[in-house]
Amino acid sequence: MKNHYKIALVVLAIVVAVVATILFIQNNNIPVLDPKGIIGQKQRDLLFITTLLMLIVVVPAIAFTLIFAFLYRKGRPNATYRPEFYDSHLAEIVWWGVPSIIIIVLAVITYQSSYALDPYKPIESDKKPITIQVVALEWKWLFIYPEQSIATINFIQFPVDTPINFEITADAPMNSFWIPQLGGQIYAMQSMRTELHLMATEAGVYRGCSSNLSGEGFSGMVFQAKASSEQEFNQWVKEVKNSSKFLTLDEYNVLVTPSEYVPASFYKLEKQDLFNYILTK
Amino acid sequence: MFGRLTLEAFQHDWIEYAAGLSMVFGALATVILLTYFRLWKWLWKEWLTTVDHKKIGIMYIIVSFIMLFKGIFDAVMMRLQQVWSVGDSMGYITASHFQQVATAHGVTMIFFVGMGLMFGIINMILPLQIGARDVAFPALNSISFWLFTSGAMFILVSLIVGEFAGTGWTSYPPLSGLKYSPGVGVDYWLWTIQISGVGSLLSGINFFVTILKMRCPGMKLMRMPIFVWASFATMIMVMFAFPILTATLNMLTTDRLIDTKLFTTEAGGNPMMYINLIWAWGHPEVYILILPAFGIFSEVVAVFSEKRLFGYKTMVYAIFVITFLSFIVWLHHFFTMGSGASVNAFFGIMTMIIAVPTGVKVFNWLFTMFQGRVRLDTPMLWFLGFAIVFVLGGMTGVMMSIPAVDFQVHNTLFLVAHFHSVIIGGVVFGFFAGYSYWFPKFTGIMLNERIGKWAFGFWLSGFLLAFMPLYLLGFMGATRRLDHYEPQTGFFPLFAVAGVGAILICIGFGLQILQILVSIKENKKDLSGDPWNGRTLEWSTSSPPPHYNFAHIPEVHSIDPFWEMKKEPEMKKKPLHEIHMPSNTGVGVYLGALSFIFGFAMIWHMFWLAILSAIIMVGCLIARLYEKNTEYYISVEEIKRDA
Repeated sequence: MKNHYKIALVVLAIVVAVVATILFIQNNNIPVLDPKGIIGQKQRDLLFITTLLMLIVVVPAIAFTLIFAFLYRKGRPNATYRPEFYDSHLAEIVWWGVPSIIIIVLAVITYQSSYALDPYKPIESDKKPITIQVVALEWKWLFIYPEQSIATINFIQFPVDTPINFEITADAPMNSFWIPQLGGQIYAMQSMRTELHLMATEAGVYRGCSSNLSGEGFSGMVFQAKASSEQEFNQWVKEVKNSSKFLTLDEYNVLVTPSEYVPASFYKLEKQDLFNYILTK
Repeated sequence: MFGRLTLEAFQHDWIEYAAGLSMVFGALATVILLTYFRLWKWLWKEWLTTVDHKKIGIMYIIVSFIMLFKGIFDAVMMRLQQVWSVGDSMGYITASHFQQVATAHGVTMIFFVGMGLMFGIINMILPLQIGARDVAFPALNSISFWLFTSGAMFILVSLIVGEFAGTGWTSYPPLSGLKYSPGVGVDYWLWTIQISGVGSLLSGINFFVTILKMRCPGMKLMRMPIFVWASFATMIMVMFAFPILTATLNMLTTDRLIDTKLFTTEAGGNPMMYINLIWAWGHPEVYILILPAFGIFSEVVAVFSEKRLFGYKTMVYAIFVITFLSFIVWLHHFFTMGSGASVNAFFGIMTMIIAVPTGVKVFNWLFTMFQGRVRLDTPMLWFLGFAIVFVLGGMTGVMMSIPAVDFQVHNTLFLVAHFHSVIIGGVVFGFFAGYSYWFPKFTGIMLNERIGKWAFGFWLSGFLLAFMPLYLLGFMGATRRLDHYEPQTGFFPLFAVAGVGAILICIGFGLQILQILVSIKENKKDLSGDPWNGRTLEWSTSSPPPHYNFAHIPEVHSIDPFWEMKKEPEMKKKPLHEIHMPSNTGVGVYLGALSFIFGFAMIWHMFWLAILSAIIMVGCLIARLYEKNTEYYISVEEIKRDA
């Protein structure tokens, strides 16, 4: 009787946990599960397919654990006890075989998706891509728009449905450049140039961050990524260009010194090859 | 004279003072108690200088439990900051302090809890399971333990003198380089791992030789208990992986000491090389922790199902497939470094292949239960908890092995939840299973089952509450080592739940301490030497075993030898012989202390002291070589008296 009590309690706890989780997911923004970018969507689908495939093995494993512990517990009347059953070729073939088949399927998926979702691979589109050069500093993000000749701190704007080519480096310890709602991340490393290609499919303001510890101000390396219509984007570029601040080498040398929780700011780019300068510094 | 050690090194904030002072008081109280009860001589002769593998094992476990306490405390501090430091509030500790706590937590848990419990249990059990009287190199074993302890001391001392690294437990350059971390923190990190790492390497060699050369007559390789097989594979990994760690740490040390620019971003240095090297050690390290735990579960499941382990041979093969694969998957720790699709795909596929032998092991355990007689004692409960948590952790692991998926969860709390699922669910639950299973063997008293089951309940529910929300937090974009976030992110409720989970884990750990005290007080003796109806040789001797383990070296004719022996009618007593045993030696204590002084001197740039302690260390070793009385004989009368 006491055991039934315990089991009921455990079942109740599980139900509460599941309901709470569902409610939480419905009422909150879960960027990775609710992506607004073409790469993020494919990555999310991949996540779901993998999970489903894995469940083929995971569900029986967990079920067997509970069922066997219950069915063959000592003292249960009429339970079969067969101590000599400790080897079975058939059983071994099943549990080497089934997981192997799943892994082969997953391996094919892995191989294909590694190429299809390679962060270095440009996104195909009719629209001309926008290049944004990203520099991780201590502890803020510097974004350079070489074509538009502007630069920003901790804020980017770009048009929807237009591929964005990120070129990434750092003038600081290693960081990782990540906008969860648009798609996967890539490291930002000093003297190295990495690439990331993303494309937003919906207008909105998305949170971006660094996911690799880079020192004291690391938690404050949050920026906003705003996907807007092309018109709005052009308008915004114009506004920034009219601003009075210039990003010169001197100004950059000020920026490079450590600072934390830096608000967004905007510059007209004066040193055009700033990114290459930082890269080869 | 004191290098860069100045009074400033002793200045901290109030939390560090509190931690440091409580530690100093703890140490003082121990010293006073030892003096009051006049136990120093006993401590020195019976414990500190011992070469008895069982006592060394117990000392490993004690140190690991102290470090586990510290590690859990660190974890609670982090969660507290994460529910406190939202929006306008910056929490109760600085970012730099938070990062030190995070780093110390990782280092403590991996090197001094995981490795400590692993070597502790291997020390206690392995020689008994192969029917040996000690390890191959008993004095070396003592040295290994003292190097391990000396390494652990650095983390504790850094609370009082100076600071610890705030660079994450893997300390990637350039952040850990001279330019961005000029202080002593990273040096503490380097020497704590370097010194304990050398100890681990020596242990690896020791047990590798022990398993190959010290098995009792009749114990062929394919008759060894799976725990011994798992330890054997582990030692192979230790011997291959730890030299990589030593070399990598040395290179970072020279970078920091004499500016060799190996891992800098200028002058031809390359931090990516460090990241490759640290994971070329780091990935096998994960399996070094988990394989012995697999071994423990293999023993526990068979005993508590009253059935031979299902698929013994496949279990052995699976262990070696895992061992081999563990060395060719390291790149999955940094798919995001931009290696290119083909490289990422290769390492991704290699990684997911590991799921096959691991899955096979899980099903073999489950089918050991099938048509067995399952006794739900504490060790078996830990196994059941493991089976559920570990399988989930394995599933999320395979998800992350796909590079394109990893890009979205790398370095997030999803990753943190994954490796805590496999490390707490696998390694920690495994060692707790082994601990509750073998405790009567080593102390001669039974653990209180009731408290043990409650402790398990708190650990399991605490684990689920503390880490399941982290999977979701990862999907929400919460990165690891985050000391502050904006309220709009919506992280707060999940961090709060995780905090509650951490508290439940604390209660579980507290109950385990209570369990030890209550069990000692109850003093329920295990007189049979075989309280669980065991199958392997350690149960054939008394609890606790005599220091020579076996009066007669056992002879083995099958797998599960003790199970077979119990079926046979009483055999004729063979005549006793003198037993040849190693004598105690202080060399381990001296080398441990000297290596601590050496490391401390290197951290603070007191080079004269470093050179001096290095010279004395070499002197100690030479003196040990000339020592004559390194072994002695136990007379037949004495053995008879014991029996």
